[in-house]
Amino acid sequence: MAVKEMICVACPLGCGLRVELDDMNNILSITGNTCKRGEAYARTEITNPMRSFTSTVRVNGGNAPFVSVKSKTAMPKDLLFAAAEATRGVILQAPVAIGDCVIADVAGCGVDLVATNRVGSKN
Amino acid sequence: MSNYDIIVIGGGPAGMAAALEAEKHGVKNILLLERAETLGGILEQCIHTGFGLHFFGEELSGPEYADRFAVQTEASCAITVKTDTMVLDVQAQDGTHIVTAVNKEDGLLALTAAAVVLAMGCRERPRGALNIAGTRPAGILSAGTAQKYVNLDGYMPGKEVVILGSGDIGLIMARRMTLEGAKVKMVCELMPYSSGLTRNIVQCLDDFDIPLKLSCTVIEIHGAEHLEAVTIAKVDENRRPIAGTEETIPCDSLLLSVGLIPENELTRACGAAMDRVTSGAVVNESRETSIPGVFACGNVLHVHDLVDYVTLESQLAGAGAADYVQGKRATGGEVTTQGINGVRYVVPQRVGRAQSEAVKLYFRVGQVYKNACVRVRCGDTILAQKKRPRLAPGEMEDFLIKPDQLASLPHDAVLTVEVVA
Repeated sequence: MAVKEMICVACPLGCGLRVELDDMNNILSITGNTCKRGEAYARTEITNPMRSFTSTVRVNGGNAPFVSVKSKTAMPKDLLFAAAEATRGVILQAPVAIGDCVIADVAGCGVDLVATNRVGSKN
Repeated sequence: MSNYDIIVIGGGPAGMAAALEAEKHGVKNILLLERAETLGGILEQCIHTGFGLHFFGEELSGPEYADRFAVQTEASCAITVKTDTMVLDVQAQDGTHIVTAVNKEDGLLALTAAAVVLAMGCRERPRGALNIAGTRPAGILSAGTAQKYVNLDGYMPGKEVVILGSGDIGLIMARRMTLEGAKVKMVCELMPYSSGLTRNIVQCLDDFDIPLKLSCTVIEIHGAEHLEAVTIAKVDENRRPIAGTEETIPCDSLLLSVGLIPENELTRACGAAMDRVTSGAVVNESRETSIPGVFACGNVLHVHDLVDYVTLESQLAGAGAADYVQGKRATGGEVTTQGINGVRYVVPQRVGRAQSEAVKLYFRVGQVYKNACVRVRCGDTILAQKKRPRLAPGEMEDFLIKPDQLASLPHDAVLTVEVVA
């Protein structure tokens, strides 16, 4: 049996959660949460922790040299570095609009990387 | 001399929300002045998500949040925008307001307005304000400057990073620089608690095994041309370094995330009464300062933890400025607010007694409390109280005071907001 401790971020309370796991990583118990959202948070954190990813991508011919990007939804936490690596060499051509797909299925995580700002063409 | 109904100074979230709200209230001749080349303010470099959860009910990045307002502002017929324009002075004179500004296209601009909204935001506390001993090498920058370099300019300011101060920008930059390949060695925080949001501690530090050292500070800086190392030490309950706890940490950059200061040079120059705790102007419920027709909102008034609250506050200021321009003046006297017993400040500091809608009092506590009760009272009369499982300096709290409650108070009464153990 293993015990994992974490802080819930579902709201600003920041409850300290304690999750007991068996040898197969099955959840035996969740304690320390003060609401249902805490339990759900602990469950995802154990099975498949998700995070949003944001970065910037170079833009050619635009009125700004970079555009900000994000994973369209939260993506698996252990693929964050892979997503950062995949983002590094990408160069876009202006104009770029908010929501434009920058990399489809970034790092094979099943989520698209999309632009979060607009960059107009130079002149 | 060009004349406007309202001049808004600052094109960040506060200025845009104020201008749009004034338009919504029927003002047709609004000028928005912005120092940078684009609208959006500091949100342009805040590429992380987490903005808009309260206001839009969805999680946006900073540029996306700003764009929602920028699109409306640019499309508005009532709002003229001048970017790349620096305001030098605001003066109230003979019932009007004179705004002096400068830009490359128009040169020196002398403008007049019936009302002015101050929305200049805040800036970061610099190294010079901290009195850290040692040399003055390159490689020491505020977290926001590092954020600009990385996110807008595409430069990495260092490879081995120490962060002093656990404000949200510092935490966000710890994650950002880690994902870009830097080694963030630690975040040192002088206080025994972090001033950042819990979610940022978890998602920016814990996720990447970056240690957060509480009650710890940087006491010396080493390096001739470029930063080579910092000496850190634990501090006692009076925040004095403890001898024997020093440790030297090699690093090539030190990011400072040690607080934000409202940028109020214009506010002071026009003579508005200031609040010593918020470092912003003293305002009423419409965010009108002590100078009639001059309003202030957003981080120039008090530093907010969430931009959503900036937007809500700025809408009050925009509506207030519109009312002022249209000749609507408050009558019926005022009460003042005051934070005591653990409440550091309350905004607004003045509230008119005659209100058609409930007034929200925003306040901040000075330390972390668990299972505490907060209340608003006037003398012995308790107007509102609530239990809070957790109160922290980094998280703004509020109380709603109803019109009939305000009307029942005597003129010049004092409303106190306090923590009750």
